[in-house]
Amino acid sequence: MRVMSQMAMVMNLDKCIGCHTCSVTCKQAWTNRSGMEYVWFNNVETRPGQGYPRRYEDQERWRGGWELGPSGRLRLKAGGRVKKLLSLFANPRLPGMEDYYEPWTYDYDRLLQSPAQQQIVSAPPKSLITGKPVNIEWSGNWDDDLGGTFAHKADDPMIAGIEDKVKLDFENTFMFYLPRICEHCLNPTCVASCPSGAIYKRTEDGIVLVDEDKCRGWRMCITGCPYKKMYFNHRTGKAEKCTFCYPRIEQGEPTVCAETCVGRLRYIGLVLYDADRVTEAASTPNDQDLYEAQKSVILDPFDPEVLEAADRAGIPYDWVLAAQSSPIYSLIHTYSVALPLHPEYRTMPMVWYIPPLSPVVDVVKDTGYDAEDAENLFSAIDTLRIPVEYLANLFTAGHVPTVERVLYRLAAMRSYMRDINLGDEPKEGIANAVSMTGAEMQKMYRLLAIAKYDERYVIPAAHREEAHDLESLATDCVLDHAGGPGMGEAMSSSDMGRSTRWTRVGAPKRKKH
Amino acid sequence: MTSVTFHTLLWVVFPYMVMVAFIGGHIWRWRFDQFGWTTRSSQMYESKLLRIGSPMFHFGILAVFFGHVIGLCIPEEWTDAIGISDHIYHWGALVLGIGAAMATIGGLLILLFRRRTNSWVFGVTTVMDKAMYLLLSAVLTLGMLATVVVSTGWSGSHYDYREGVSIWFRQVWSFHPSAASMANAPLLYQLHALAALCLFAIWPFTRLVHVFSVPLGYLTRPYIVYRSRGSAKKARRGWESIDF
Ligand code: HEM
Ligand code: SF4
Ligand code: SF4
Repeated sequence: MRVMSQMAMVMNLDKCIGCHTCSVTCKQAWTNRSGMEYVWFNNVETRPGQGYPRRYEDQERWRGGWELGPSGRLRLKAGGRVKKLLSLFANPRLPGMEDYYEPWTYDYDRLLQSPAQQQIVSAPPKSLITGKPVNIEWSGNWDDDLGGTFAHKADDPMIAGIEDKVKLDFENTFMFYLPRICEHCLNPTCVASCPSGAIYKRTEDGIVLVDEDKCRGWRMCITGCPYKKMYFNHRTGKAEKCTFCYPRIEQGEPTVCAETCVGRLRYIGLVLYDADRVTEAASTPNDQDLYEAQKSVILDPFDPEVLEAADRAGIPYDWVLAAQSSPIYSLIHTYSVALPLHPEYRTMPMVWYIPPLSPVVDVVKDTGYDAEDAENLFSAIDTLRIPVEYLANLFTAGHVPTVERVLYRLAAMRSYMRDINLGDEPKEGIANAVSMTGAEMQKMYRLLAIAKYDERYVIPAAHREEAHDLESLATDCVLDHAGGPGMGEAMSSSDMGRSTRWTRVGAPKRKKH
Repeated sequence: MTSVTFHTLLWVVFPYMVMVAFIGGHIWRWRFDQFGWTTRSSQMYESKLLRIGSPMFHFGILAVFFGHVIGLCIPEEWTDAIGISDHIYHWGALVLGIGAAMATIGGLLILLFRRRTNSWVFGVTTVMDKAMYLLLSAVLTLGMLATVVVSTGWSGSHYDYREGVSIWFRQVWSFHPSAASMANAPLLYQLHALAALCLFAIWPFTRLVHVFSVPLGYLTRPYIVYRSRGSAKKARRGWESIDF
């Protein structure tokens, strides 16, 4: 057993209202730079929907993640080392700008420069890449809120296989939001795909980072990451990704996206895992067993054997304590309500999700039944095949019983707590029906519904004796100066506007979608 | 200026200036601009043409490079000694060379066309890119012309670069430079060599630095890279810690 610690996140999807605050604050903090306009370390996608970049989950096309070879060994889906080197000159599976969108701004200057006139002056959009006028036809959230009813239903790769049911059952349309950040995987394919070895996983907290000085722009990581959370800065020619806000985490503070989440749906904490077992677990033959396999890699922080091994591995005592009070461990193991996103990619993602019960609740409510009644909800989960199968495609490689089990628990909690809130006697039977006790139910409720700041975020600060090392990492941000010394080649965003003269060409045409 | 000093300048002084710029430039850039050391891939903007042009160009230019290593660095006596006749050598070189040159120039034309016509790609083309492409195209075109026009004897007179240009090249590298062999070479060869020298002079300041970071280490390293927070590079000057 080789114990390592990992900073992990859980998001409770029932609480996400799709406000995009996390995306915006993350952008303000990390990607408000030239070359990063299209980059969303954090994005919130409406599901069903295509996601960002479009159809990123279609791995037959993008070849992200790992797959099992004929001998049952893990291999990169996009091809191994030799193939990678031979395809350096042109990556055969790189998403293009059109798969994200052409970033734009508005010609605000016109608002100020136009002489007084009768018509209202408009600020036409112009491309942030060429500086020329653009027609806005797509963007990161073009299908926002269109879940299940958007024009091209088949464009969501996760609907494949259940599409006729979705079409037939139009009245049962459902939709929810899925905020996504880098998964800081235990077995990251971005790291494995980098020919330069510029991407690394930090031994202390498992955060996956890019060494901007070592990246040479071979752009293989973009293909490697099945979640498409590796981005290419198209001005600097370097890869960039979500940093899990490591400078904040090192201070014991939550990430920007979590801190600013209005739904307070994010949890951050440490988990201990057995690094020796990662490859074995990621090689589990059956896709649908990967959830359990991944769960089993995460160690029980109270097990004396684990504690001893953690000590041997040099994990500081306060970090072990943090792992013991980790909300992540409780949600994944104690209550078993959090599930990994796409375990079938075999990267062992470390941002987990509590699947939303709301699609089920909504239907029950719409049909006039009592949506807080456990029996009603249980039978709705049983009959509402579509949302459940869809959720299973996202979180369990299609294994429906696991998703059902989680939804039963959430439904039971809803019903059990209703009685308490109404001053009625709580029914222990409801808790027992989902193999829990009433006391556990109440604790889970506390964690899911009202957990305060320091219950949601249990983040031990980095160790002070390492602090001077951290400083050299955090204070020298080469990205601060795009035209910095020695960068005669690089372009700054202001050059760009100058090189192409901006001329007005009437109001932008809009395409209906 | 007499033609002797002129040729000395061109074929003795200039090459060493280029050498200093090339080596010094790379050292400087490596030390001070790790962040700028990248291919600056433009594939995100345009993939279709790049996927044809770039491999064509790159495989071609690598073949051309190794061709030059053989042609310039291996003295004629050596190939004679292992029984390769002049005739066989030159026809072999010509056939392989033309194949490689066609791929290189074809690929380059596709890359240039792409760069000029695709507004996204053109928008990120820097001044250094333009200078690099200009010189690269000049070197390749002149080299191709010199081979076809002079070596094949189509121009009437026959010239064997291995008895001229190659000797000069080795003299430069063995630090016994002499302008004589170059001064007597046909004009096309002189121009080809000059253009190449100019390209080498600006090389470290262009995206061509990517040539020196071919990631061969990837073949042997484990897939997953771990790094400790503590292994961060030494504190920058003035940021040293005062821990005791
Ligand atoms: C084996 C070594 C080499 C490797 C692995 C390599 C790799 C690459 C890569 C990945 C790109 C970026 C393509 C893109 O996505 O836009 C590139 C571009 C380029 N390389 Fe190389 N290269 C090598 C050698 C060379 C050599 C020897 C030359 C010429 C002297 C060269 C000239 C160029 C040029 C001119 C471009 C720009 C193409 C364009 O975008 O217009 N490369 N190379
Ligand atoms: S999700 Fe993050 S850690 Fe995992 S492969 Fe993608 S970029 Fe790497
Ligand atoms: S952890 Fe930080 S960098 Fe990553 S998505 Fe959240 S705010 Fe952005």
